[in-house]
Amino acid sequence: MLTVDIERRLGAFRLKAAFEAGEGVTALFGRSGAGKTSVVNVIAGILRPDRGRIVLNGEALFDGERGIDVPTPQRRVGYVFQEGRLFPHLNARQNLRYAGLFSRGTPPSEFAHVVELLGLKDLLDRRPGNLSGGEKQRVAIGRALLSSPRLLLLDEPLASLDAHRKSEVLQYIELMRDEIKVPIVYVSHAVEEVVRLADTVVLMSAGEVATTGTPEEVMGRPGLHPGTGAFEGGTVIETKVIEQDMQYDLATLAFDGGTLAVTNVDALIGEPVRVRIRARDVSIALERPGRISIQNVLGGRIAAVGEERNGIVDVSIGIGATTLRSRITARAARQLGLAPGLDVYALVKAVSLDRRSAGPA
Amino acid sequence: MMPTAEEWEILGLSLRVAFWAVLVSAPFAVAVAYALARFDFPGKTLFDAAVHLPLVLPPVVVGYALLLLLGKHGPIGSLLDDWFGVVVAFRWTGAALAAGIMGFPLMVRALRLSFETTDRKLEAAASTLGAGRIGVFLTVTLPLALPGIVTGVLLSFARGLGEFGATITFVSNIPGETRTLPLAIYTYTQTPAGDAAALRLSLIAIALSLAALFASEVLVRRAARRVRGEDADSRY
Repeated sequence: MLTVDIERRLGAFRLKAAFEAGEGVTALFGRSGAGKTSVVNVIAGILRPDRGRIVLNGEALFDGERGIDVPTPQRRVGYVFQEGRLFPHLNARQNLRYAGLFSRGTPPSEFAHVVELLGLKDLLDRRPGNLSGGEKQRVAIGRALLSSPRLLLLDEPLASLDAHRKSEVLQYIELMRDEIKVPIVYVSHAVEEVVRLADTVVLMSAGEVATTGTPEEVMGRPGLHPGTGAFEGGTVIETKVIEQDMQYDLATLAFDGGTLAVTNVDALIGEPVRVRIRARDVSIALERPGRISIQNVLGGRIAAVGEERNGIVDVSIGIGATTLRSRITARAARQLGLAPGLDVYALVKAVSLDRRSAGPA
Repeated sequence: MMPTAEEWEILGLSLRVAFWAVLVSAPFAVAVAYALARFDFPGKTLFDAAVHLPLVLPPVVVGYALLLLLGKHGPIGSLLDDWFGVVVAFRWTGAALAAGIMGFPLMVRALRLSFETTDRKLEAAASTLGAGRIGVFLTVTLPLALPGIVTGVLLSFARGLGEFGATITFVSNIPGETRTLPLAIYTYTQTPAGDAAALRLSLIAIALSLAALFASEVLVRRAARRVRGEDADSRY
């Protein structure tokens, strides 16, 4: 368990963050410049806070009042940097064993396990200069894991990778998350990564924590835009695969309120999948439309109609226990006479939920 | 033309002097270069200037200063003699000392540049993996400074091989003890009918310099490749 409550001035910028991170993944989410990296640097001891406390498993790593500031090497906090930061003069094996130089060596079984987990076997004798971006990040993750950390920090580990490498490394991170028991703090500004990985989301904006909650709560908030910039409002739903149609490459996902047809889901029947539906991908009809290409027609009842802003209205539709958000024009809302309590159909194109918005939970 | 026994002796002495000069001065040069590159301390400018003094002073002045300080009756020389029975004046060890001091600023400059351009982020990464200050220095900073170390060592070695003014002033020109290659060439040019011998020794000096240049080129390239993180068999 990690408890952070710190303040730090960086020029005109003021960092003020307080949150807790338990087992599983806590995502520090927000746009660039929100102070996410500074927060993990403070946790790692690379950046010194002006005041506050950092407590890991009951031990104070930093306590401004009591004058405690455990030096970085003694914090045992694994850190995966955005650019990997592998040691260029060492090959992958030596990079992985690096932390062992300063403890009692790298236990062979642990080394073998990490190599297996992250698929590093064929990379061991290669130098970082001859590794691809994705391979470098996998080695960097392995290196951090092999420092027997009590906490793992990942600072935008996918940011410098192309889309293909991203999904490759993301899969390994998911594997790792399910394997290790230490808390993971994952910094990202990418919605799809946070949706796929996070158990808890800490939304940061202008150096402060704007809100904290589950991905469903935080990512579904309609008023999220100021904090996240390009982020689009939507709904995150926990689902389970109940059918995989190989012929059409279409999966059927069950959730509390119905089923969703989604293309391209890399999950087996019975596995949990988290789906994010962008509000602008949800249309509303008053009657069940016939002869239409849209694969998902979900009956529900309007829970709330939001304020009109720039000709746009956000409508919340209750479908079973799930609340789906739809973003439509104010004119459409007026024409249909949308109001709370009205029975409607929410329409979601199956192809609008692609690989990026659906992933193993 | 094979070198004669006497020429072998001169060559051997020169290499020994230059080798020990580099070996003994290198750790000091690393410490001084690191301090200059990474720390701010009072009197830094003065210290920096003092380190560079041998580069700008006439070598004879350096040799004379050494003679005054480290000669048998000099303040440091007499102490060394009394306490440890060590005498460097008019010995090959004195020649090595003079060569080391003359090459020192060259080595410091090359190392300092390396330490200043080291990626500090890699050092931070090392500290998150449990490396303390000394650990970081030995496993990251120093290995990444390898191209600078190679350059500095070769510059200083070459400077040591060519050292003349400080050497002849401090330890004189004693055959078999302090008569290094440049001193021997000088001696022959001052001897009637010594032209042929001076020419032969000059050719040896040229061959030696070319070999050193070639070796430095190969070593620096290899070190740079290593620091860039490429495999040994990489073609890029």
